[in-house]
Amino acid sequence: MREIQEFTLEDLRTHLSPRAFTGETVVLNMGPQHPSTHGVLRVILELDGETIVNCIPDVGFLHTGIEKNMEAKTYQKAEVLTDRMDYMYAMGNILVYTLAVEKLTGLKSPPRADAIRVILTELSRIQSHLLWLGTSPMDLGAVSTFLYTMREREMILDVFELVSGARMMTTYIRPGGLWRDVPAEFDGAVREILKVLPRRMLEYEALLTKNPLYIDRTKGIGKIDTKTCLAWNVTGPTLRATGMPYDVRKANPYCGIEQYDFDIPTQTDGDIYARYLVRLEEIRQSLRIIEQALDKLPYGPVRDNNYKFVPPPRSEIGVSMESLIHHFKLWTEGFTPPVGSVYTTIESPRGEMGVFLESNGTPKPYRIHYRTPSGPLLQALPLMAKGHLVADLIGIIGSIDIVLGDCDR
Amino acid sequence: MGLEQKAGNTGFITTSLESAINWSRTKSMWPLLFGLACCAIEMMAMQASSYDMSRFGMELMRASPRQSDLMIVAGRVSQKMGPVLRNLYDQMPDPKWVIALGDCASCGGIYNNYAVYQGVDEIVPVDVYISGCPPRPEGLLNGILTLYEKVRGEKLAHWK
Amino acid sequence: MNDLLKPAVEKIVKKYNAEISEFRDEVTLLIPAEENTAVAAILRDEFDFDMLSALTAVDYYPQTAPRFHMVYIFYSTKNKVYLNVRAALDGNDPSIKTLETVFPSANWREREVWDLFGIKFDGHSDLRRIMMPPDWVGHPLRKDYPLGWEEVQFTFNFDEIDARKPKGEI
Repeated sequence: MREIQEFTLEDLRTHLSPRAFTGETVVLNMGPQHPSTHGVLRVILELDGETIVNCIPDVGFLHTGIEKNMEAKTYQKAEVLTDRMDYMYAMGNILVYTLAVEKLTGLKSPPRADAIRVILTELSRIQSHLLWLGTSPMDLGAVSTFLYTMREREMILDVFELVSGARMMTTYIRPGGLWRDVPAEFDGAVREILKVLPRRMLEYEALLTKNPLYIDRTKGIGKIDTKTCLAWNVTGPTLRATGMPYDVRKANPYCGIEQYDFDIPTQTDGDIYARYLVRLEEIRQSLRIIEQALDKLPYGPVRDNNYKFVPPPRSEIGVSMESLIHHFKLWTEGFTPPVGSVYTTIESPRGEMGVFLESNGTPKPYRIHYRTPSGPLLQALPLMAKGHLVADLIGIIGSIDIVLGDCDR
Repeated sequence: MGLEQKAGNTGFITTSLESAINWSRTKSMWPLLFGLACCAIEMMAMQASSYDMSRFGMELMRASPRQSDLMIVAGRVSQKMGPVLRNLYDQMPDPKWVIALGDCASCGGIYNNYAVYQGVDEIVPVDVYISGCPPRPEGLLNGILTLYEKVRGEKLAHWK
Repeated sequence: MNDLLKPAVEKIVKKYNAEISEFRDEVTLLIPAEENTAVAAILRDEFDFDMLSALTAVDYYPQTAPRFHMVYIFYSTKNKVYLNVRAALDGNDPSIKTLETVFPSANWREREVWDLFGIKFDGHSDLRRIMMPPDWVGHPLRKDYPLGWEEVQFTFNFDEIDARKPKGEI
């Protein structure tokens, strides 16, 4: 068991201002276990009274070695490990991995599978934003939104359980399409959510949007501008709240999302209140996409026919010799993509999530790297927090919506 | 003729000191806010209104270890986080219990590699293990009720 | 190749003698390792590649020259195209110039590559470990570093594995 890591002031000489060494400012540790750090994040603060002079985030407390672990398993077995990185957007991690594998191997997923993927990932985005809406005002003191939003989130998790059997880590999206087709109750359950959620959104708005206490604590705090965002590679609602309408779903579309009609909400202020408004509007746009996808849902198969990469259905294994051999090869050795490297991206609720996948012709991925959005967001935190009070820092960390599993992998 | 029958319906019961203390310990056990990863989200879902944890006495989660009795380790414990966990456990006053929530806290889960402690019982002694990845809120409920049964059977001299 | 990428690719190939390879509509340029900041500055200033989307490294272990490839992926929000740039590094004591002066977002990513691969970055403002504890020995994502997996405890080997595990004392 190792000892706890202690910093001395000397180690941080390059980060702190000279006033810390004379004793004019206090260096405080906002440690890995803290009610509002949204996971295990450690921030070293240099304070002059209550004003922040310097803020140094320290990450790595949730490093799990997922990338090395995925390199030791075949492509099919590594799918399970992907869900647990950004655990709030579980469908998205495996979607981007699947898109990378499909690009590498040349598989195509059928239109029905694409539409269901869009519905499930947009539901996942709504679920992530609802949790953010519950916990971020809770940091500022508004505890009641937590109970309201978790109630809606349970409805969405019920849909995930209906479709795959698990509430959060579903592993439902596979290379070539989906694991299996959705049951008959899927349509009714999703339409129920589409009916109930807009009314509930009005309830949340009534609690927070024109609340003078909330506006006092969030307007003008944590500002960042577009140029800084681009230089520090900040993407997602934080970038859109500064005025730049960059969304991977419109810039480099995937899964047939270009056939649905939706807008990209932007604001110009770049502070916490602007990010709140952007995320609220994003929930509404996601509901729009889901409704269009559900109305246009085509009939057809949900998995590609290429049995070199996609497992054949169980019903065929007893009848056809080739299916049996393909099944055997896939389960013992795994499939072998061609040599090369690809990079695919999707839009997660935090920003742009990408996978860099390199293969050298063996059944195990040679190098897989996830470009996750939470790292750059945390890196830009000192820029947003300088000069504000400690209580504002809590609000800022809540508003950028980081997930530490994403940052540390 | 016991004291109860003589007193009739005047409103007092007799029990042993041990049962009374153990009963009161189960009725308001405050957990330490220690959500690390995905299982923390299920713990938060358990605290919310659909599966309410306050009906079991866990009305609020205390952020300070000095004010809590129960540490629910929810999530994977990495190399950097291990000593912090031990530090927090040492800061909690007696009596204290530990629940290992989820596969990663019980045995390392699906991560059999250099970066994750293979089970949080390498660092702190655990009372109840709950399996699942992540376990359903009903699973956490079952674990808490199992812990209550264990507490009710404890001897007074266990926590000197 | 996407037409919007052509001017940037042609200029870099001509100026730095880079090798182009294309795979599934993606263009990868292999540049000499000393020129990474110059190439990044050209891409940012002249060709509107305003975001450094990803920065990572690949280890080709049994080969020692080159053993590592640094991978930089640039993105242009105006033209909506990605460009992959690779730089090859040797096995013993690999080091390369830092990209922090051109794209500030490279700061933590280069710390991560130093921590997990052992590639030094000259001129980096703060090169220390980010994912592993500061006194950790070794660079985990290299191919010659073991995965560190523990054997599964079944009934027949339960006691011998149990004896090796540390148990938390009360």
